[in-house]
Amino acid sequence: MARTRRIEVDQPPLGLAGSGLKPNLYDLTIFILIAAGFVALAHGAREIAAPAERLVGQPIVLDPAYLPEYALRTTLRMFAAIIASLIFTFVIATLAAKSRKAELVILPALDILQSVPVLGFLTFTVAYFLRLFPGSELGAECAAVFAIFTSQAWNMAFSFYQSLRTVPRDLVEVGRHFRLSPWLSFWRLEAPFAAPGLIWNTMMSMSGGWFFVVASEAITVGDTTIKLPGIGSWLAVAIDAKDIRAVVLAVIAMAVVILLYDQLVFRPIVAWADKFRFEQTAARERPQSWVYDLWRRARLVRRTAQVMGSAVRLVERLTPRPAPPPAECDRTVSARLFDVLWIALVLALVAYALWRIVLFTRATLGFDDVVTAFGLGLLTFTRVAVLIALASAIWVPIGVWIGLRPWAATRVQPVAQFLAAFPANVLFPIAVVAIVAWRLDPNIWLSPLMVLGTQWYILFNVIAGASAFPTDLREASTLFRLRQWQWWRHVILPGILPYYVTGALTAAGGSWNAAIVAEVASWGDTKLHAAGLGAYIADATTAGDYARVVLGIGVMSVLVVSCNRLLWRPLYRLAERRFRLE
Amino acid sequence: MMDKLDELLIVDHIRQAYPKGSGEDLLVLDDVNLRLRDNEIVSLLGRSGCGKSSLLRIIAGLMPSTGGNVSIGGRPVSGPAPEVAMVFQTFALFPWLTVLENVELGLEAQRVPAAERHKRALAAIDLIGLDGYESAYPKELSGGMRQRVGLARALVVHPRILLMDEAFSALDVLTAETLRTDLLDLWSEGRMPISSILLVTHNIEEAVLMSDRIVVLASNPGRISAEIKVDLPQPRNRLDPAFRRLVDDIYARMTARAAKPSQGLFPGTGISMHLPRVSPNLMAGLMEQVAAEPHRGKADLPALAGPLQMEIDDLFPVAETLQLLRFAEVAEGDIKLTDAGRRFVDLAPDDRKRLFAQQVMAYVPLVGHIKRVLDERESHAAPASRFRDELEDHMSVQFADQTLRTATSWGRFGEVFAYDEDTGVFSLDNPA
Repeated sequence: MARTRRIEVDQPPLGLAGSGLKPNLYDLTIFILIAAGFVALAHGAREIAAPAERLVGQPIVLDPAYLPEYALRTTLRMFAAIIASLIFTFVIATLAAKSRKAELVILPALDILQSVPVLGFLTFTVAYFLRLFPGSELGAECAAVFAIFTSQAWNMAFSFYQSLRTVPRDLVEVGRHFRLSPWLSFWRLEAPFAAPGLIWNTMMSMSGGWFFVVASEAITVGDTTIKLPGIGSWLAVAIDAKDIRAVVLAVIAMAVVILLYDQLVFRPIVAWADKFRFEQTAARERPQSWVYDLWRRARLVRRTAQVMGSAVRLVERLTPRPAPPPAECDRTVSARLFDVLWIALVLALVAYALWRIVLFTRATLGFDDVVTAFGLGLLTFTRVAVLIALASAIWVPIGVWIGLRPWAATRVQPVAQFLAAFPANVLFPIAVVAIVAWRLDPNIWLSPLMVLGTQWYILFNVIAGASAFPTDLREASTLFRLRQWQWWRHVILPGILPYYVTGALTAAGGSWNAAIVAEVASWGDTKLHAAGLGAYIADATTAGDYARVVLGIGVMSVLVVSCNRLLWRPLYRLAERRFRLE
Repeated sequence: MMDKLDELLIVDHIRQAYPKGSGEDLLVLDDVNLRLRDNEIVSLLGRSGCGKSSLLRIIAGLMPSTGGNVSIGGRPVSGPAPEVAMVFQTFALFPWLTVLENVELGLEAQRVPAAERHKRALAAIDLIGLDGYESAYPKELSGGMRQRVGLARALVVHPRILLMDEAFSALDVLTAETLRTDLLDLWSEGRMPISSILLVTHNIEEAVLMSDRIVVLASNPGRISAEIKVDLPQPRNRLDPAFRRLVDDIYARMTARAAKPSQGLFPGTGISMHLPRVSPNLMAGLMEQVAAEPHRGKADLPALAGPLQMEIDDLFPVAETLQLLRFAEVAEGDIKLTDAGRRFVDLAPDDRKRLFAQQVMAYVPLVGHIKRVLDERESHAAPASRFRDELEDHMSVQFADQTLRTATSWGRFGEVFAYDEDTGVFSLDNPA
């Protein structure tokens, strides 16, 4: 029993995969387009200038009797977002995989969008959705769901795209040979092949999503304050009321929710997805889940599968039989012409986008605003860098120790995954109380909150890497009696590097996002404030200053993309090329 | 009798070319003509890279040809043809579908009603000897059983022609033999719903064992070099002298072309010669084998292939590389060591390297070219990309990569030059 369970699917995560290290022309193009999109949104949001519209919702009551209902509402929001993300994934990723032109736009867009701080989105979208459903909570609900969606959709779509592009050639040939219709081929070949990667990414996205659902339930944009019924709002009210008991209750409720999610959703689905693993030999160790075993014994899985199978067949029967596809055609002159038109269209769009950005920034921002934002960005960057380094120094040795001992790994791994899913912002108030009580410097002591929730990604990826480390290499290094330092340097660190990079990238990305809620904190009337880009965005949001929100988001995106390109991607490539075991 | 009516498959002047870096296209198949009649098994025999799999895919309608026509039962093929079903070398089963679901797949695409689909799939599974495994997943089965699923999946759609693409080559020797025998039994008893079988193989004995007719494909570009009728009665015995004679004869035909090394064993000339992936250790191993008892410097290739468990795809590239380096001569199915080859076998490791370096420098223009460039430069170093670009002007990216890797490996073995993988730089100084 050399390894525990394989948690990682053999796909580089979004942000690590990609051909070039340097930003290319396409990245720049897409970046300008996305930035212009934000500018347009911000501009529109200002125009709305809705009078402080009080939302007619039920106020949040800090009564434990309401807590189960709030927890349920929070969970439902989560599921609404995941369904939206799945639909987005199926449409967009399939489009990118099937059309070369769509691919050229979608891929860089996904890469940049995943670097945009999710909580920054909220500012504009709240204004929009509120106008869409005037006087009702539905608008705010949509905004919250949309915020969670933006934290999940990109890497799911990317994983699905990657799988679609790597469907084994011979299976594709079988599909064409037996003349499967595109619909049947999608459900019999492409979707099953992509399932393990997509499901793993969906589950990781959901784990990350809890953080955002909590953060997006209670939000203030300018004069509009929204508190949707949920654990996040309960927490916000508790903070205003300085009610530590309510905070503790929220932590407990959240823990129960995550535990149920882990046992009833995450594990059964991962165990089920194992069936789709593309392997030709049966693995000895498979993911376990008691809920899945129950389902299976109740033949529920088979029944569900049968129902889904008949649905697929029904649609297949209803659609007209397509003409046999021509056996791949050559690129013709008209295709070239279309290419030229396409490029011209994109260029025109970029020019227009640039013009809009210049107009917008000239009207509202000065050059020193940009300098300020970048200065603050560097401060936050320093925080993220120092904290990831500290977290690595602590968790890499611990993770290796655990990973090399199967009995420990099987016990610790679920705990690490649970901790990664637990929304750390629920714990923030407790830390803030401590900082206030001991009069600590918020510039230093607010920082650890940024990695509170994200450090676990480093831990469980390192555990996975160490568990997968081949026994024969370990035995060989024992025989050579390597000294401690040599063993770390030449044996285990190279062995776990791909896993570590994946974990550290996720952790760093999460920390940037967390900065927006971690650099500004309050306890009743006491406001704690750390200088940084996160606080800059948070303050601009509270003040309803859309121009500065856009600037903050833009600067943060540039910093995150640069980190990915200049640090993580080269590291990952090195790891892939030199240290890939198997 | 060449009655037009019983010509099931007509392959007419098929030509296949791929564009390459610069200049002319790379010709893979050149003017291939082939007929397949009812009730016969025909083998397409050739080495890897001779385009035989491409030909099969063109026939199946999976790939368009650059020129020529294919027609089945009088109708031209312009896309995946319903009259043929293919068995794949890699089995190509869907791992998430059970045996039954895999077999039903083709029928599902044809929208056969569920009840009939089920009945036909079970019949095919039964025929091929898989009963009891209907609900198993492919990963639970051995290689032989998996290929039976592949066979059942092909038969269940009732094709007229069964195409087999190296269907036995991924199986171990015993399993492959059992499956071949079972297939021949079903064929001779007329229990399979098919008219003819076209099988692609690089295994000479397999072709002789199974087919009524063998079509030999030569490489660079792929073209038909011989057509051999096999009259031996079924079941055939590999040890039958007539069987052995036929095998030897085909070996001779397939190596005859290589008699004149100046004409080029490998496609391309000068530094753009495509080099095969053959390691110096493999060359040394084969030379030792030929030098040893009972061959004493001259061996019959089939006799050498048997005990070494090598198929022609493994053996020929090594033999031809030895010929390129003038360590051996290959002709008429025999391999004979040259003086250099005999000397090499007797030398100590360091002297072997020196002799190898001499031969490689003399007869592999690319290695000589790299060495010259390094000598001329003051730094005695040059990036690999420089040579890769040069090669890519003459061949595809994959071939350029393979050729440069081979040149690197041979140059390193002979200590002609050193190569640093990390920096991608060739240099003259050996790492300390």
